[in-house]
Amino acid sequence: MDENCNSLDCALPEIGYLVASILFIMGLKKLGHPRTAPTGNLYGAMGMLVAVVVTIAQMDFGETNNFILIISGLAIGGFIGYLMAVRVQMTGMPEMVALFNGFGGAASALVAASEVFRRINENDLPEGLELYVAWTAIGLSALVGWVTLTGSLLAMMKLKGGVEIFGTWYRTPTWGPEWLNYIKGLVLISIVGLLYMTIEESGNQDYVIAIIALSSILGILFVLPIGGADMPVVVSLLNSLSGIAAAFTGFIIGNNVLIIAGSMVGAAGLILTNIMCKAMNRQLIDVLFKSFGGSDKEQVTRTKVGSDPEEVAMVCDGISKCIIIPGYGMAVSQCQHQVREFADILEANGCEVKYGIHPVAGRMPGHMNVLLAEASVPYEKLIEMDDINSEMGECDVAIVVGANDTVNPAARSGEGPLAGMPIIDADKARVVVMVKRSLSVGYAGVDNDLFYEDKTMMLFGDGKQMMTELVSSLKDL
Amino acid sequence: MELITLIGAITVFILAIFLGFELITKVPATLHTPLMSGANAISGITIVGALIFSETDFNGGNPGVAAWLAFFALILATINVIGGFAVTNRMLNMIAGKRGGK
Repeated sequence: MDENCNSLDCALPEIGYLVASILFIMGLKKLGHPRTAPTGNLYGAMGMLVAVVVTIAQMDFGETNNFILIISGLAIGGFIGYLMAVRVQMTGMPEMVALFNGFGGAASALVAASEVFRRINENDLPEGLELYVAWTAIGLSALVGWVTLTGSLLAMMKLKGGVEIFGTWYRTPTWGPEWLNYIKGLVLISIVGLLYMTIEESGNQDYVIAIIALSSILGILFVLPIGGADMPVVVSLLNSLSGIAAAFTGFIIGNNVLIIAGSMVGAAGLILTNIMCKAMNRQLIDVLFKSFGGSDKEQVTRTKVGSDPEEVAMVCDGISKCIIIPGYGMAVSQCQHQVREFADILEANGCEVKYGIHPVAGRMPGHMNVLLAEASVPYEKLIEMDDINSEMGECDVAIVVGANDTVNPAARSGEGPLAGMPIIDADKARVVVMVKRSLSVGYAGVDNDLFYEDKTMMLFGDGKQMMTELVSSLKDL
Repeated sequence: MELITLIGAITVFILAIFLGFELITKVPATLHTPLMSGANAISGITIVGALIFSETDFNGGNPGVAAWLAFFALILATINVIGGFAVTNRMLNMIAGKRGGK
């Protein structure tokens, strides 16, 4: 752009970016309220459209084929992205968000890499202040971007519980040794050192490649020791990082809309991460640097006789209040529709049914809400932990579907990996029914006393099958 | 780049961070996943950078490493943007009680 241009034509792109920024801000704001959230998403998408159109409109394609190239890039990405978004199952949503997140981070990192390689190859090295700004931004964007990519990919695998390589299933580890933190520290220091070296020797691309390699390793080391129960926190933090990477990219190309959208997402992601940590009564630092559960899982020695669906159906007959507490097991077995059917029958018999949602139930905040919404459970029936706990005492039957740690009374004891985590007081209900595959420990690796209480009935088996049988038993009564 | 431009950019950066902190303070748990997903789609704004470099680096019709990196970035950013908004929309439709997807 001409430096001394004051006409409206020159300012038009900047005005377009301003409009996009405003749309992003309003969109993000609206996304935080249930009623306005769909509008918020639309605003965000519109902002993106404005930004893309403005960017393309500024380009002078002349005789080149660049227009076709750019359109084909957009078409390929758009097609893949749309297909993935439409085909993903609701259970796979956390993995999908983690993956998209990684792509976003990678895109920022690649833009940075592209700029540094172009400048080195064309010997178009900046000088003075511009050198410092450009190279620092490129380095930081590469650091954050690559960490986001490899971290997100690993987080995605950890959410699945493992990875398949040549037909063999490898479980991802859920813990790491303490000394790993020192290695992470060393790697980070090396990257900062390399960043300084790139500025000192701005024409040497080896340093840049080293930053990329070390950042990729750092992302893996960072996520590797974190337990599966903490994955939501990590995905949220990586979401924040991908925003920061975009903001640094904004410094590279000198564009405000990237800086605004990126840093806003970075800050918002941090808030969300904090909300999740609070829900688990854990400090972010502990989550990131102290290994949790996994390594020394308690061996389950006690036994408990399982109940059958008919028995449970009889107990549920004629009750006046039932609270359903879903967990990740419900997501895995996809039994939200059966759960709702069960609730419908109870309600038809005059029973009050509510759902107690633990903030970290599932593998992502709000995971349960999305699943239950898919089964058309009204929003008002989903009650958050603090509110449902006050009603637990008057509850006749609490049905725990595929949850374990979030109802484990061991959390109140103040000892062990679960210490201090707020739980749903399922044990205060008169009867507790637990739909679960076995007595095995949850992610935190702690045995659950609730299983062995006299008032607890265990329904051993797959959630979907058990809930289906429970529904038909109820109908037969 | 002039120092004044840099300070301007840093000002925008810091103010936007504060804005982000203020924008979402109280969010019901239902919206945590869609919010994360929507925010993630917005962070795909890096698509602008990918577009600009895809265009400039391919100029002359003799693309080097830089051009292909930018083009790959463009594809990834577009997946992030389109996929992110589409998936958020799907989740929000479900929460609103409409039937969306399978």
